[in-house]
Amino acid sequence: MEIAAAAKSIGAGIAVLALFGVGLALGNIFSTLIASVARNPASRDIVFPIGILGFALTEAVALFALLIAFLILFT
Amino acid sequence: MAAEGKTIDALGQFELVTVFGPIGGAVGFTQSNAHMLLAVGIITAIVMFGMASRALIPGRMQSAAEGAYEFVADLAKGQIGEHEGRRFVPFVFSLFMFVLMGNLLGLLPYAFTFTSHIAVTFALALIVFVLITAVALVLHGKKFFGYFFPEGAPLWLAPIIIPVEVISYLSRPVSLSIRLFANMTAGHVLLKVFATFVVMLGGLGAVGTFAAVLPLAVNVLLIGFEILVACLQAYVFAMLTSIYLHDAVHLH
Repeated sequence: MEIAAAAKSIGAGIAVLALFGVGLALGNIFSTLIASVARNPASRDIVFPIGILGFALTEAVALFALLIAFLILFT
Repeated sequence: MAAEGKTIDALGQFELVTVFGPIGGAVGFTQSNAHMLLAVGIITAIVMFGMASRALIPGRMQSAAEGAYEFVADLAKGQIGEHEGRRFVPFVFSLFMFVLMGNLLGLLPYAFTFTSHIAVTFALALIVFVLITAVALVLHGKKFFGYFFPEGAPLWLAPIIIPVEVISYLSRPVSLSIRLFANMTAGHVLLKVFATFVVMLGGLGAVGTFAAVLPLAVNVLLIGFEILVACLQAYVFAMLTSIYLHDAVHLH
């Protein structure tokens, strides 16, 4: 069915619109990380692991959206 | 080769094939299992040969092994606490090294990323989840269920807070496993797609061969990025395990 294939592609495209919010959040995390290290350079060893953890958790949300897109496209 | 007739075959690389001929075929021993054995062999080799010379001033190999152990030990003990964390360091170390080796081995040519299958990552996440629930139940008994209702919250909010807390607790193995599996799968799908571009452009003649350098350059950068993601995802898996163990041991 041509319509089903087209609808799957459209659905997958809409599913990745969530990455807009994720991009915003990632920029936020690293801008705050840089600003806080610039204010107090001694805090770098404490703040950096938390920043990396926050980055990975936010990236996970992006991959949830990608997973949904793949599920729509391929099953 | 990719089927460029309809779409690029990006997901075929994750298909499991039995190895070692008829013996492997009989027990269903796939390339995923072979790479798991290889990963465990490499970790054992690093630790055993690294620590074989128990020098007070470590050489390079011993430094590497000690550095890996200290990294994970600091991570676990920093999160869980100096004293209680010591019991969980072997577990977190095994978890971290297994996931790290799994992620990194897949970046070698013709190798397979066994952490790119949800079955593998969900098994690991389930082990972590069962462990933290068992630890919390053994250490705190019935007070474990008080974890879902943070003290100091007004009582009339309980019908809202408790289901939300329970659902977010039950979603831990799901999010742990999907984070790792989706990162690895997405990375390798991207690598495969750009590699297909190289081959497709190269088939277009002289001009195509020049243009094919661009997706190849992207692939080189992507491999570097994937190495970073491999180490990062292993670190995040170990870090989240430590955080959940802290919650289990201290109940907030």
